[in-house]
Amino acid sequence: MDRRQIWLSLATLAMFAAAPPLTVIFDQPFYMDMIARIMVFAIAAVSLDLILGHGGMVSFGHAVYMGVGAYAVGILSYYGLDNGFLQIPVALGASALIGLMFGALSLRTTGVYFIMITLAFAQMLYFLAISLEEFGGDDGMSSMRSEFGGVIDMYDAMQFYYVIFVVLALVLFGLHRLVLSRFGMVIRAARSNDRRMQAVGFPTYRYKLAAFTLASTICGLAGVLFANLNEFVSPDVMHWTHSGELMVMVIMGGMGTLIGPVLGATAFLLLEEYLPQWMELAMTNAGEHWAIIMGPILIAIVLFGRGGIHALFAATIWRSGGKRNG
Amino acid sequence: MAEAILQIEGLAKSFGSLVATDDLHLDIEQGEIHAIIGPNGAGKTTLIAQLSGELKSDSGRVRFAGRDITTLSMPARSALGLARSFQITSIFPDFSALDNVALSVQADAGHSFRFWRPAGRDPGLRAPAQKILDEIGLGSRADEPAANLSHGEQRQLEIAMALATQPSLLLLDEPMAGMGRDESAKMVNLLRHLKGRHTIVLIEHDMDAVFALADRITVLVYGRAIATGAPGDIRANDEVRGAYLGTETVQEVSSA
Repeated sequence: MDRRQIWLSLATLAMFAAAPPLTVIFDQPFYMDMIARIMVFAIAAVSLDLILGHGGMVSFGHAVYMGVGAYAVGILSYYGLDNGFLQIPVALGASALIGLMFGALSLRTTGVYFIMITLAFAQMLYFLAISLEEFGGDDGMSSMRSEFGGVIDMYDAMQFYYVIFVVLALVLFGLHRLVLSRFGMVIRAARSNDRRMQAVGFPTYRYKLAAFTLASTICGLAGVLFANLNEFVSPDVMHWTHSGELMVMVIMGGMGTLIGPVLGATAFLLLEEYLPQWMELAMTNAGEHWAIIMGPILIAIVLFGRGGIHALFAATIWRSGGKRNG
Repeated sequence: MAEAILQIEGLAKSFGSLVATDDLHLDIEQGEIHAIIGPNGAGKTTLIAQLSGELKSDSGRVRFAGRDITTLSMPARSALGLARSFQITSIFPDFSALDNVALSVQADAGHSFRFWRPAGRDPGLRAPAQKILDEIGLGSRADEPAANLSHGEQRQLEIAMALATQPSLLLLDEPMAGMGRDESAKMVNLLRHLKGRHTIVLIEHDMDAVFALADRITVLVYGRAIATGAPGDIRANDEVRGAYLGTETVQEVSSA
């Protein structure tokens, strides 16, 4: 692993850690909410990077696991079960189980078929959520924030922020270790040459399935945080456009770099927030057409920015004297 | 006589109307280098794919070390000690040469559901891999990305990756493919060095190499074994000369 990547990860995390006191000093609580939101999506994007960037599995339905995690919280909350120590295991178990099922079937295919079948499964759950009248159907439902027996108060913005931060940091660290482990070697090598891996004796299917299930579970955890963040759950989170956005975050940030997708999520959500406002400044009512600018930016990054934002940063650090290889 | 390590009984494979392997019977003896030769399209690579488990056979059985492996998958056969190399170099170009071999060592070291300790610093994987690279003559190139190795070195790496799974039987699909004279000579030496420790099924177009190395040769034409025997017998076999060696000789003469 690149030493630059580690420094970039630590610097990014340090900035997230330092943000809340600054928002308090400058009395801008809105930014704390926004960065919390960025970090939730960053967790989801990093989990996608495990299978997309490192494992070469182009899952076009990854947002569905965010939905599963969110609905686990929402539905339990609906029945008055707000205890996080119950909600989190249920949410993780549900997203793991659904990831295992969808993965087991999807991973029998490759290429375009894999992309399409993951998309189809995700849309299936999306429409299932719409049909759940009891839980608000299309409109979704409001949900309480999780309770942790008085240990953590999720309604305290500062505490909630650092809960998300710690989860992101642990996910990054854990996956960083995982990618370099024996297991990580297997999924990375299988991306590059699956046939050779089988020839030397790796039943690659089960390793890919394990990675797929793990990524789904982590994304489910992001869903738990997402439901807490919004105090609201709706089918919209599972819509395929959100799966697409997660892919954009990963590709924009730099596939297979883990920290890249965190930067990608940051850039994407900041653009989504501010691009309409800037366009509004330029021309009245232009803001609603922000996608006209966003689209070309994404295309430019994919075409010209190979390696995404991560490559840009890494190159800068290298030029300023950072060591090339760890 | 010792029991054959690999027994092929009535193996067949067709692609539509094209018969690639046609009721093939063949025994590979323990410890021998058994070359399989034949003109292009004779079904040699198809046979390797069937033996390694990549292609499902239409009919027939394959027994390896006394065990029926006909229905086993490629990874399962590899785990039993049946390793193959590829005609078209099949390596992990982004990984270092050492990483490439270490992966095979890892495959041989039991399951890889180990999520925490870095594989790149595991002496249990690195040391055996380095030993194999040294043995094969790539020791000094260990840290080089595999993509940067010369063609000949990549062919050596291909063999090293197969060796690292500690196979009892090696299926080598044209190890000299695309090699120059010097590189081929090195490869012949390497295979001679491996002889005795591993049983080798060798598919090769380089007839000098085949006749220098093989204990027995099988000639494959249109998926059928038209002859099996010692190199001297094969050279003297009229049917073989007609089907294969004859045309080769004519080509050599005309191109000279």
